[in-house]
Amino acid sequence: MADIAIIDYGMGNLHSVSKAFEYVAPTASIIVTSDPDEVRKATRVVFPGQGAMPNCMKEMDARGLRDAVVDSALNKPFLGICIGLQMLFEKSEEGDVKGLGVLPGQVRRFPNSSMIDAGGQKLKVPHMGWNQVCQSNNHPMWKGIANDERFYFVHSYFVDTADQTTVSAQSTYSFPFVCAVARNNIFAVQFHPEKSDAAGLTLLKNFVQWQPIFNC
Amino acid sequence: MGLAKRIIPCLDVTNGRVVKGVNFVALQDAGDPVEISRRYNEEGADELTFLDITASSDNRNLILHIIEEVAAQVFIPLTVGGGVRHVDDVRRLLNAGADKVSINTSAVMNPQLVADAADQYGAQCIVVAIDAKQVGGTSAESMKWEVFTHGGRKSTGLDVIEWAKKMQLLGAGEILLTSMDRDGTRKGFNLPLTRAVSDALDIPVIASGGVGDLNHLAEGVLQGHADAVLAASIFHYGEYTVRQAKEYMRKQGIEVRL
Repeated sequence: MADIAIIDYGMGNLHSVSKAFEYVAPTASIIVTSDPDEVRKATRVVFPGQGAMPNCMKEMDARGLRDAVVDSALNKPFLGICIGLQMLFEKSEEGDVKGLGVLPGQVRRFPNSSMIDAGGQKLKVPHMGWNQVCQSNNHPMWKGIANDERFYFVHSYFVDTADQTTVSAQSTYSFPFVCAVARNNIFAVQFHPEKSDAAGLTLLKNFVQWQPIFNC
Repeated sequence: MGLAKRIIPCLDVTNGRVVKGVNFVALQDAGDPVEISRRYNEEGADELTFLDITASSDNRNLILHIIEEVAAQVFIPLTVGGGVRHVDDVRRLLNAGADKVSINTSAVMNPQLVADAADQYGAQCIVVAIDAKQVGGTSAESMKWEVFTHGGRKSTGLDVIEWAKKMQLLGAGEILLTSMDRDGTRKGFNLPLTRAVSDALDIPVIASGGVGDLNHLAEGVLQGHADAVLAASIFHYGEYTVRQAKEYMRKQGIEVRL
């Protein structure tokens, strides 16, 4: 039984995520797996994702991982990263695809043609680079991380949550958007902690130690 | 406050060592890639770019080992380019620990490679590198740039702005734009080129080629409208640290991660 299972559904690059966990938790057993049973058995689950959400949903289903992902998201420490955050929601504008519906809300695209910064310069999409993360609450996952710390982002879509109580942090790119959500045992982020230098490693370390409190 | 402009040190790697040349010739040894990567990370580099300029295919795998080693200890985005010809090359680099793969000559030879790689791995990890040379007149209206390949040796007849737009359409997530006229000269970026390309695109543009001092980096953002600036030699020989570069840029009113 693994301490941490990183779910592999064939999309994108999981090397960075597993390397970063090996670095912050050298004694933990960490597996990268596409086996639903391994996911169910693991103590903690990491749900990453890269690329286009319709492909991610398709590949996840092709491996029979849907139930194991949803179950994990309801009963054990669960960390969603990037598309792994977006897939938890009900629906995405990307390919008009349905998500897992674990959290209420939609995934929307940045309207790039209409976005400018304070100096009047055009804002590019994808939103790529280091942006500030403004924490909305005192979640244990933010322990040791300064408010407004910068994390590395790369995405063209963002989550528009229907439940404001799940918002754990926001960033601003032309307008404020939700970049971290938290509910019970779920913590999910739009940025890439595995690529966010010291602050990102602190967040991953917090996940390894996190003991969620269930309110429901 | 918002998204920071990125500073990206570039490491030209051949046969497992970092080197630096002028206009792609006269290479000098500049050190061990893993050691240099670690130093740049500590100084606050936002990303690192590795260009594998190894001539012989025999030594191609050396870059994979270097990336593996860097990725195990440096947790910022890593881009790798040089000799990427097939989707399989993209896969091998990503598996070794690269976060983005840069495609240059092969994008011109086979534009479908960009589409296929972006489809398979996502646009966020596909960088198209464009080597540009000025071909038009010097007045603002007549300025034109042409895409060159094979390290700047072969002309293609392609207009840089049209080509960049095409790459964006096919799925590139970012453009790495190098002025061949400026590369290695330390005279600063080609600002009209950088601005023309950046303003024409919706995706981010990294300015490259010609940085000789810190003001050049700031100009790239303020006048060239670059989303990120890339430099090699000013950092390799310890003239400036990445931190000094960021402090300078901040003084010029540019938002940076410090």
